[in-house]
Amino acid sequence: MNLRRLWAVARKEGLHIRRDPRSLGLAIGIPMLMLLAFGYALTLDVDRVPFVVWDQSSTTQSRDFVARYTATPYFNFRGAVTNYTALERAIDAREAMLGLIIPSGFARSVDAGKPAAVQAIVDGSDSNTAGIVLGYAQAITLDFNRQLALEQIQRRTGLSPGAGLDLRTRVWFNPDLASRNFIVPGILAVIMGLISALLTSLTVAREWESGTMEQLISTPVQPTELILGKLIPYLAIGLVDLVLAVLMAVYLFDVPLRGSVPLLFGAGTLFIVATLAQGILISALARQQLLASQLAMVATFLPAFLLSGFAFAIANMPVIVRGITYVVPARYFVALVKGIFLRGVGLDVLWADALFLAVFASIMLVAAIARTRKHLS
Amino acid sequence: MWERILTLLRKEFRSVLRDPRMRMVIVGIPIIQTLIFGYAVTLDVRHVPLVIIDRDRTVASRALIQRFIGSAYFDAIAQTDDEDYARSLVDSATAAAILQINAGFEHRQHGGSAAPVQLIVDGADSNTARYVVNYASTIAATADNAIVFERTLRLAGRAVPFGSVDLQPRAWFNADLESRNFYVPGIIAMMVMLISLMLTSMAIVREKEVGTIEQIMVTPIRPLEFILGKSAPFAVIGFIDVGLITAVALFWFDIPFRGNFALLLFGVALFLLGTLGIGLFISTVSRTQQQAMMTTFFFFFPAMLFSGFIFPIANMPVFFQWLSLVNPLRYMLVVIRGVFLKGVGLDVLWPQFTALLTIGVVVMAVAVSRFRKTLS
Repeated sequence: MNLRRLWAVARKEGLHIRRDPRSLGLAIGIPMLMLLAFGYALTLDVDRVPFVVWDQSSTTQSRDFVARYTATPYFNFRGAVTNYTALERAIDAREAMLGLIIPSGFARSVDAGKPAAVQAIVDGSDSNTAGIVLGYAQAITLDFNRQLALEQIQRRTGLSPGAGLDLRTRVWFNPDLASRNFIVPGILAVIMGLISALLTSLTVAREWESGTMEQLISTPVQPTELILGKLIPYLAIGLVDLVLAVLMAVYLFDVPLRGSVPLLFGAGTLFIVATLAQGILISALARQQLLASQLAMVATFLPAFLLSGFAFAIANMPVIVRGITYVVPARYFVALVKGIFLRGVGLDVLWADALFLAVFASIMLVAAIARTRKHLS
Repeated sequence: MWERILTLLRKEFRSVLRDPRMRMVIVGIPIIQTLIFGYAVTLDVRHVPLVIIDRDRTVASRALIQRFIGSAYFDAIAQTDDEDYARSLVDSATAAAILQINAGFEHRQHGGSAAPVQLIVDGADSNTARYVVNYASTIAATADNAIVFERTLRLAGRAVPFGSVDLQPRAWFNADLESRNFYVPGIIAMMVMLISLMLTSMAIVREKEVGTIEQIMVTPIRPLEFILGKSAPFAVIGFIDVGLITAVALFWFDIPFRGNFALLLFGVALFLLGTLGIGLFISTVSRTQQQAMMTTFFFFFPAMLFSGFIFPIANMPVFFQWLSLVNPLRYMLVVIRGVFLKGVGLDVLWPQFTALLTIGVVVMAVAVSRFRKTLS
């Protein structure tokens, strides 16, 4: 390998980038835009759930029960309905997520010391939100029951048995359960993967398509120099993106960065090299930009978005899909980023993820170089 | 005129499908994407790995532990007295929560005071953590109820009845709360959008990049014919993908289809009007395929994220909710989910169809006029 030739290729590729200021701008702009979107607007938090009530009982007891729901920030009372059709329409038209149906015998049952059935109808089409909504409803109901039991026991026997259990929940790393703290570090990884793949997936294919590859072949440039030279300018862009993204996460979104900053950037560099090399490999395989762009989508963006664990927990996936996640570089980077940001852990815990990332990057580089060599000869 | 369009169509189909790998991609990507989405995208939480620290070791503490691990929600992965070890399991994300019962638990419970129990939850994954907190408080409330009942029995010497509310949840449209039913139909809209945007913009820009657009301009083909010939193949591919994804959804994942397929196709047609228009627009502002690809992403990403595909629109800040009103994907998702899961028809979905039509016509008009200008 000759450093001068390597540098020449890198400069040539750098000129390509400089002559196309819009692509360069987008390479910086897309990550910023996505981070802003995720940081400000996108949340998996569920609150102010709109709900309607069909209260057939209309008693102090039933109003007391409904008041429990209106008192929390989780639910937002959208009014009473007086028949089933109206409740149905409210849910169909998505004006309400939850409909409570209180039977006419509610107060009687409760006062007689018997269970009263209340129907909770939830719009299940968004299953995640629905699951959380039902969890809230259940918790409010159980709390209502607890107080009801204590009151009635006291009234009937004069005894006050007191609470039996006191569950003290403490949430580590993210006490407010802000989904921003969970999503921003993860999306950092997704964005870096996407941008690196977008940047390089077309570069070699473009040379083939426009015929300049033949010219490059006729020069004394070696495949190793060609690939590494093409990689260097994009690595620089990727690192600029990474620095900006980390700055935004920390200063704009107040995501706590508890671990080592050098470790974060070390891992970031490994990941960028891995995905850039992957993009170049795709490009060399496809030799046609349209095809390369489609392959890059399947090979890099999709797995980074879906199989990295950034929003969708890997532990919940079926075994086969979980197996596939082991060959997705974003998986390791997401684990590293979340570990460094939120848990503040170091290489003693994360060494395996870092090692896998390094191995993946080397394999991709070697494969990209080998593939180019084959074409050259 | 029709003859010229037909010729162009044939040329375009041939240039897209000539490469056998491209044919594979057009059929393969939607199927792979649907499969991955169907299997991987679930925000449901089950079998939360739990570490147990039981310093009380009594009948009462074991009964409480049993309530946790006896439910489908928690799996005990370790029981230890070593807090540091428990902490390291959470640090490495091996465990998602620690249940800690300190000595004196049973004693206090029998003594008539509230017995403290600690639950430490890994909040790094806030979605899972929220489920864990919900599950744990439900289990604790049930345990608490049983303790109060026993205590009253002992103190009063007889069973004292007390009333309660029995909440009977029923999830409409998706009785088992399968996230698959929610996400898989949405992929149709996402794939149609991505393919029509990216393939249209890149295919037109390729003619510019390679220089063949000048050759086309000297033929008698008029701009409108050129546009039609360029975008129609991708519309056809879009419809093929709709069929493919619907087939995978229905026959592989058993997603219910309660509505009218023709209505769905009509919705897709209106949707395509808008996305092809945007693709065309991107082609007019791009010189190279790389620019086209990146501009597509610059548009596609926010469109996907602010559509309600994964993140509920109702939870977004008001400004972004307003912004999402011009997003065709938002309306298409309501149509698709309505047709698949709710089986509703035009009587409910007419606002979405009107919005799709309006967006489609406006975007197409702007794109065509701009395209004419760049050609001439």
